[in-house]
Amino acid sequence: MSIRERLSGNEAAAIAMKQINPDVVAAFPITPSTEIPQYFSSFVSNGEVNTEFVAVESEHSAMAATIGAEAAGGRAMTATSANGLSLMWEMIYIASSLRLPIVMSLVNRAVSGPLNIHNDHSDAMGVRDAGWIMMFSENNQEAYDNLIMAHRIAENKKVKLPLMVCQDGFITSHSIENIELLEDELVKKFVGEYNPDEYLLNKDNPIAVGPLDLQSYLFEHKAAQAEAMRNAKQVILDVAKDFEKITGRKYSFFEEYKLDDAEIAIVCMNSTAGTTKYVVDNLRQKGIKAGLLKLRVFRPFPAEEIANALGHLKAVAVLDKADSLNAVGGALFQDVTSAMYVNKKEVPMVDYVYGIGGRDTKADDIESVYNDLAEIVKTGNIDNPYRYLGLRR
Amino acid sequence: MPYNLKQIVAEKPSRFTAGHRMCAGCGAPPVARMILRALKPEDHAVVSVATGCMEVSTFIYPYTSWTDSFIHTAFECAAANAGGAEAAYKALKRRGKIPENETTKFIAFGGDGGTYDIGLQSLSGAMERGHDMVYVCYDNGAYMNTGIQRSSATPKFADTTTSPAGTVVPGKMQSRKDLTNIMASHHIPYAAQTIAVNNFKDLYEKAEKAIYTEGPTFLNVLAPCPRGWGYNTEDLMKINKLAVETCYWPLYEVIDGKYIVNYKPKNKLPIEEFLRPQKRFKHMFKPGNEWMIEEFQKEVDKRWKELLDLEEITNREK
Repeated sequence: MSIRERLSGNEAAAIAMKQINPDVVAAFPITPSTEIPQYFSSFVSNGEVNTEFVAVESEHSAMAATIGAEAAGGRAMTATSANGLSLMWEMIYIASSLRLPIVMSLVNRAVSGPLNIHNDHSDAMGVRDAGWIMMFSENNQEAYDNLIMAHRIAENKKVKLPLMVCQDGFITSHSIENIELLEDELVKKFVGEYNPDEYLLNKDNPIAVGPLDLQSYLFEHKAAQAEAMRNAKQVILDVAKDFEKITGRKYSFFEEYKLDDAEIAIVCMNSTAGTTKYVVDNLRQKGIKAGLLKLRVFRPFPAEEIANALGHLKAVAVLDKADSLNAVGGALFQDVTSAMYVNKKEVPMVDYVYGIGGRDTKADDIESVYNDLAEIVKTGNIDNPYRYLGLRR
Repeated sequence: MPYNLKQIVAEKPSRFTAGHRMCAGCGAPPVARMILRALKPEDHAVVSVATGCMEVSTFIYPYTSWTDSFIHTAFECAAANAGGAEAAYKALKRRGKIPENETTKFIAFGGDGGTYDIGLQSLSGAMERGHDMVYVCYDNGAYMNTGIQRSSATPKFADTTTSPAGTVVPGKMQSRKDLTNIMASHHIPYAAQTIAVNNFKDLYEKAEKAIYTEGPTFLNVLAPCPRGWGYNTEDLMKINKLAVETCYWPLYEVIDGKYIVNYKPKNKLPIEEFLRPQKRFKHMFKPGNEWMIEEFQKEVDKRWKELLDLEEITNREK
């Protein structure tokens, strides 16, 4: 029996963590993810979990302590946003290189500077090549569901990689929505015990972690990480199948919303997908064949699957909630266009950098993108593929 | 039982083994070896080491000198790594995943760069949070691993590659940070300053206290560096002795806030004795630079007096 509740995205993440009841949580306050360690420490204080909560003095130490805990043989979690992730950056790479299946809640926010506390994806995009599995969530339900599935994916012996579950700061993290929770016991059973093969606290088999790794070995170790990331694809699908059995909720690499027969489509991540679905529905009523590809799994990047899902379209717009400042377009656009090219799908494509620093993205904005796509289909003329949405000129 | 070096070496095999690539005459390996010998043979340890000489020359994939469990991640976070591992230990014990009768101790090592400078925040945080761990700073007074750059532990006037003794600026122009007192000010149960002298007695006994005092503890160990200091490799023990006999590096401990100065030389040697055998201070002995030695001596005297005062104040009957 699922439990019906009304929760914010941060509450949903904290409750998932409570039900997972990890060995160690180490975190540092930063808007908009602060509530997650707040809620969690109240679970600790009230005996609802028996986790060791480490209230560290910085995000660098949050990641360093979760690395220490996970290497020691514990299940370790953390939560952060924006500059917190920036400060962790050094340790983010180390966590994945040590093959530690740490799970993080990343509540997306614009990375400074200048300082801004609102949502965009510049924090996540800054670590996209760091060797973490990266999952995005449209709403509180998905933030919760992704966290419940996270450990099963990250800890799989063929994977052993850290994983972050992203949700949009404020838009999702602070909005209260309906949600269906699983019962504690069911989560416990689904997530299972963490029994690593090798860990620091195994007195009978001491290990050394984090060597100086020179020219003779680092290349092979990096290739092993890359292989683990490729392996993660099947594991993500397998875990989603098991999750569907207990919840009825279906997950894959991405959600195709009215995409089958669509002629024009948007590709985006997180909460913007909700707005886009609303616009798609309205356009469909007007007879416009609009669709949406909402990417859930950004790393590993499901290139071939995306290309197959988009190959039949007449025009595609990718929405990037972070600018790459590289004079050619955002990161998601680069990945999607590259996927299309490699898989020999020739579809006109444009990029829209949008929502930077929490700039509101309304249904009208999304509709304007579909209008632009319709124009591209009509004229065959893209002109400038690197565009802005909602930028004041 | 009184300390006996021969007996300890015979009964407690080294947990930090041969084959590492640290320099001849380096002060750090004997420190690591002796500190680990202070562990009870039946206890397991998780050793966390900051990036630096000790890490890069003891764990070069696929070889390691450490027989206990070992973790290294980066330069500034040996304390946070150890703290995280210790947190997992508490959780796993609580959950019955580690047998009640098994003991693991957490020992972090960092050089002065990784401790006084880039790792100070991580160390301060770990000490304040009260993890049951020892942090050992092996202080060689500069960034030796990257090639002798000045740190906040570098003594005044020392010639380093980022505070070179030139024609206008005669070496490092700032005095060194007093880290042991900073750590004592965290009101941790045990903080001490030590060095490998006298058959390692002071070092061993303080390591034992630090490891087996519950809560966060700190050891600051002077670990001379033949390359950075410019002494002959065979003179390591002589340099150590001179650091203590001149009161450049006083041996003391702070137990629950009470200062105990462990050694007060009957004849405190002039600081020249410590400075002269080291090339990094060579320029101080040039004619016209006598003021530098005088100033150095004054600073040593001042700090020595402060320490004696602290001992007096903290041991006063209330």
